[in-house]
Order: sequence, then C-alpha cells, then structure tokens
Amino acid sequence: MCVAVPGKVLSVENGRASIDFSGNVVTARSGIIDIVPGDYVLVHAGLVIQKLKESDAEDMKKLFEMLGEDDE
Amino acid sequence: MIMEKVITSAHGSGGLGTSSLIENIFAKYFNNEYLAQMEDATIVPGGRRLAVTTDSFVVEPYIFPGGDIGKLSVCGTVNDLLVRGAVPKYLTCGFILCNGLKTDDLEMIVKSMASAAEEAGVKIVAGDTKVVPGDGGLYINTTGVGVFEDEEFGADRVAEGDVIIVSGNLGDHHVAILKTRMGIENNVMSDVAVLKDMIENMRSEGVCIKAMRDITRGGLATILAELSKASECVIEIDEEAVPVSSEVAGFSDLLGLDPLYMGNEGKLVAVVAKEDAEKALECIKRSKYGENAAIIGKICERDDEKHGLYINTHIGGRVKKDVLVGEGLPRIC
Amino acid sequence: MNEYVKKASAFLRDYDGPKLSFMEICGSHTNALSKSGIRGMLSEKIRLIPGPGCPVCVTPTSFIDRLIRLLEGGEAVVTFGDLLRVPGSKGSLNDLKALGYDVRMVYSPADIVDMAMNEPDKSFVFAAVGFETTTPVYTLLLEELIACNVKNVRLLTALKTMPEVTEMICEGPTRPDGFLAPGHVCTVTGSDLFRPVAEKYGIPFAVGGFKPEELVMALYALVKKAGSGEVINCYRQAVTESGNKAAEAIVNKYFIKSDAYWRGIGMVKSSGLLLRKEYMSYDAGSDNLTEDNLNTGCCCGRVITGEITPDKCPLFGKACTPANPVGACMVSEEGSCRAYL
Repeated sequence: MCVAVPGKVLSVENGRASIDFSGNVVTARSGIIDIVPGDYVLVHAGLVIQKLKESDAEDMKKLFEMLGEDDE
Repeated sequence: MIMEKVITSAHGSGGLGTSSLIENIFAKYFNNEYLAQMEDATIVPGGRRLAVTTDSFVVEPYIFPGGDIGKLSVCGTVNDLLVRGAVPKYLTCGFILCNGLKTDDLEMIVKSMASAAEEAGVKIVAGDTKVVPGDGGLYINTTGVGVFEDEEFGADRVAEGDVIIVSGNLGDHHVAILKTRMGIENNVMSDVAVLKDMIENMRSEGVCIKAMRDITRGGLATILAELSKASECVIEIDEEAVPVSSEVAGFSDLLGLDPLYMGNEGKLVAVVAKEDAEKALECIKRSKYGENAAIIGKICERDDEKHGLYINTHIGGRVKKDVLVGEGLPRIC
Repeated sequence: MNEYVKKASAFLRDYDGPKLSFMEICGSHTNALSKSGIRGMLSEKIRLIPGPGCPVCVTPTSFIDRLIRLLEGGEAVVTFGDLLRVPGSKGSLNDLKALGYDVRMVYSPADIVDMAMNEPDKSFVFAAVGFETTTPVYTLLLEELIACNVKNVRLLTALKTMPEVTEMICEGPTRPDGFLAPGHVCTVTGSDLFRPVAEKYGIPFAVGGFKPEELVMALYALVKKAGSGEVINCYRQAVTESGNKAAEAIVNKYFIKSDAYWRGIGMVKSSGLLLRKEYMSYDAGSDNLTEDNLNTGCCCGRVITGEITPDKCPLFGKACTPANPVGACMVSEEGSCRAYL
C-alpha cells in the first residue's frame, strides 16, 4: 500500500499546504506534521505524513559499511 | 434567423435550425470547393490506392489545456493516415451535439478544426449533425481519406537491427486531461498536433522508414508490444532514453501512473533502418513538434515464441511489458 | 549508479549461500520490484514473495457487496482508483458505475467534503481501505467533517494493521527468512512496529524506500542480517524508530483495535481498526463484513501468505487474468499475481 512521494512545501495556512512535485501543485492537509515553506515532505492521499531528512550518497556508504561489518 | 446561444433540438431538425447552423458555423469555417457542392455526396478527385480511417472523439472536458475536441478530431484521424504512409486529402465529420451546448463553444471548436485541417493540408468535404438530449457536450466522428504517393509502412517490413525513435515527451495529453479531474495544478499542455512535417522531412531526406504508429491511447508500451507481436521480433528499449518531462514524471509518481502507458495526441514512434537513424532523428527534431525526439531502442532477433517488448531499467533489470490492461486508473496503493 | 548500490547488486546476483526467501508486505514495493526488474537480478538462491501488502487485495467480497448495496440504495460511493475493479461476489464498483450508479474516484479522501457540501441532499460513502499509512488520512477527514458540520458523509472502513498478519504468517507453514518492511507504514508508525515480531521469530525486517537503489540496499540488508531478528532501517530519510506520535494519538481518538477479515486468509485477531462507538454516526456498517465469497479455485490467500507461487493456482493466467480478474491479487499492479505475470 501507500503511494507517497516527496514534494516541496510552498505555503501552509490553516492546516492546508501547497506542495510542489516537480511542477505539479497539490493542496494537502498538514494536520499531523509541523511544516514550513521550503521543507521536503512525503504526501500520501492528500495528507503530509512526514518531513524528509536530507539524504546524500554518504547514507548508502554508511548503510553498506554497517551491514558489511560481519564480513571482517 | 438569429442563432440561439445554445444548441437545441431544433438545430438537429433538418429544417431551418439545421441550415442556419451549417451556414453560420460549419460552412463558414470549412469552406472549400468540394464542400460547396452541398450535395448528398461530395465528388472528389481520387488516387490509385487510397487509405481510409475513422475515429470518434468523446473527450471530457471538450476544451482542455493545449487544445479542444475539434483539433483532436482532425489531428487524430490525419495522423492515422500519415503514419501509414498516406498523404491525407479529405475528411468527413459527424457531429453529435447535446442540447444546451454553447454555440460560442461550438464555433470555437469548429474554427480550431478548420485551422488544424489547413495545417494538415486536408479538406473537410462532407459532414452531418445530429442533436441529442444531454448536458451540453458534443462528440465528433471524423473519417479520413489519404492517397499513397510512395510506399506504405507496416510491421511486416521491420527487421533485426532497425532503430526505434520516439518523436517527443510522453504523457502530456493524458496529464492535461487528467489534471483537472484530479485537482492537480501544473503547466502541462496537451501535445495534440499534426505530425505531417516531421514525416515529410524524413521522406524528403530519403529515410528508410519501416513502420510508424502514432502513440495515442494505451501509450508507447502498448504500441511496441503490439508491434512486437505483429513482427514476431523482440523489441528492446532503454528506460532512461524514453523522453518524459519532469512535470509529467512528477504527476505520474503522484498518482502511481506509468508514462509508458499514458496517452498522447501528437507523438509518433518510428522504426527506421539503422544506417538512417541519426538522419531520421534530425528530421523529426526539425519539426516544431519534435524537439524532444530521441532514439530509445532497437528491433532484436525474430523469435516466434519469445518475442515481446523488453525494457532495460536503469538499475540493470530487464522487464517484459505487455499491452495496457484496464484504464490506467490512478492508484493509492 | 552509486558504487555501493552496484556492490550490493553484484552481491545479490552472485549470492551462493543457503536458500533464502523474503516477503514484501507493501504493494508499492511489489510494484517497484517488478517494474525495476530487480526480481530478475537476484541469485536463484533468493526468492521474493509478494505478501499481503496491497489493501485492495485483502478486502473481502462482503466489503464490495456492502458498497454495492449502498449504491443501490441511492448513495454515492467515493474511493481510490484501484478499488474500482475488485470483484465482489456479484460484480465490481466499475460494473455498477457502468450501469449508471454514482461511483466517484478521488486522489484525496478530503475531496469528499466539498462534494458533500455542494450536494447536501445526497448521501456519500467513502470506501476507506488502507493500512497504517492511510488511517491518519481518514481521521483528518473525520476532523474536517465534524468541524464543518457535514452530516451526509459516512465511511465504510476496511482498515488493517500489519504486525498481526506478519505474525500469523510466521506461525504458518512457510515462515520467510525475512520481511521487506513497508516504508510508508513505518514512516507513520516508526520501524519499532516490527521489532517484537522480528525478535520473537529471529528473522530480520529491513525497512525499504521505494527507489530501485533503496530496494537493492534493503534486500542486501536482509541477506546480510538473515537469522538475526534485527530491524534495519534502510529508509532513514523518512523513517524513525518511534514514528509520528501525533498520528498515533489522532488514530486512537477515532479508532479502536478490532479483529479483521483478510480476503483469502480469514480472520486475523486484532489486525484491524473500527470507528469508536461515539463516532458510529459516521460509519456505514463496517463491522462484521466477514463473508468472503471467493470463486472456487481462487488461491489468493495461499499466494499472499507465500504457501504457493501464483502459477500454482489453477486459475492463474487462464480464468484469472488482469483484464478479467477473479482474485483481487490480479487486479492491482501491486497484486501478487499481477506482479508475477
């Protein structure tokens, strides 16, 4: 279940947020998460379900190394 | 007679209402020497071999971002003739108008048909109107006739090594129609267009075209899966090479749709001989509707059992794709 | 491609240890694994089983039948696109739509509020299926209905929770060697949701994202941690251990734990949610929808618990195809059988 995709918050007002997904603007409810414009968030069925942390290539490296340690 | 602001059953009566509609809208914009015969059937010069196709258009909303049902009804039929290798000559059009249709809208739609017909070099030579009870909508059927001046294209000419080219970004029409219904705002416009000049460019440069299809309902994957079946060849395309705008990609992610199965109204896929691939690409790109054209894959070995469409994914997978099933509804899960 | 993803892909391709089977329990994972071709990139020693992760696939026929009765009574049924084709015992919502009944499709359940306000004389029912990710969406809808004093909307719920069904599968004859845990369920609940089951049965749960790269890393984690009983969070961008407390609180405000009926599987204790008594006026008769009139021969239940592969079902690809699905697993692109084709 659960198509949810990351988008960027454009504005928030009265529990409704405008969120941009690569040029597609959707109004979503922000009821369960505190968000401000500029945040990257996950939206599922019109509800913001999470604020995303920044991720980079380093994360994959850390995960890989953490999982690989048993091999040493 | 002063025309009513909306269509009523009187406009379909066959009497004064009908003739006023013809005179004030249809004949005004579709005017040409053949239609002017105003007979029960129009007599037109023909060719030795003809191509004939018909299509009905029922799009909702009938005016959408980037086009309308009128332009669509000309482009759809003309493109079917063009991709078969014919030169489109004549169109007939049947209008089913619903009571309450705004005459201003009808006029706008008819004007847009006339301008698309002009661009395509076809003459609208016969027509019919009926009025039915309804909610102010309209449906259009167009039948197109084209003549063959050169060879025709077809799946039987496709062979191993041929190259597959798509004339531009996929999914634009589908998104333009669906966004209103789903309450999503973006700048995507329908790609509805006449594909005449890109095909003329290829022919005048002597590109060896094997097969060509316009990519409408069902999308690219459906068309290539059908082509694979018809030619009994394995077809391979490269996921990353398929052109899709970032807006359409974002829209598809949001609704769980796949641009490979989304509808277009101004895109074609061409299978050309390998040595002509770059030239063909350049010819398509020279058209104003072809700037995002790309080589996306190739025809592989003939295999009467294992043929099918395969996508090489960017992560290194290989996935067999079949024709679209159902309607491509947005999904939540 | 990221070099670590490359290394992990090569590891999964060349793996030659003991045979391992992992179950996905998220429809979007099932879909992404098929679409990206990852299923075909793994060593023959690694088997992926699409489990009960598609809410549409686990919705019993009586739920669809109940919606059909509501439509026949003149109400409008509003829902997500994928539920429309799921067969009930007599037909699907799409069949009723074709007959002129009022079936509407939306992206967000909140859209029903405007519909109801614009048509105050019409009664609306939202067909509320979903797992932990979607339940908060319905609670926000209820908040809005109450705040706007909208009385002509009810919910027919078939809401389910994941840990209980994973436990049931672990107790069954075909316990997998690990679970690919649903990334968006865990976004809401936190990855700790699966810790008790992981520890009890000594099998790993890897929380995966949805990009092919993220899925490769999560599968890599499952192989590396096989036999460990650990929960490995491979979707750190969105998932924390403890999840969203505000979501938990609002879900508890409106819903109460209940037993739930899973299509093809049967009753799973405490694996569902129903509206609390004080909000019953918003319920369209969700309790006791436990009848499951499946076509004789349909093996959806045995497929989604990993007991058999879809091709062992006598209907697979013959009587049951994507164009004419008999079982719900053939309906959605996320369904186990559809993905297996």
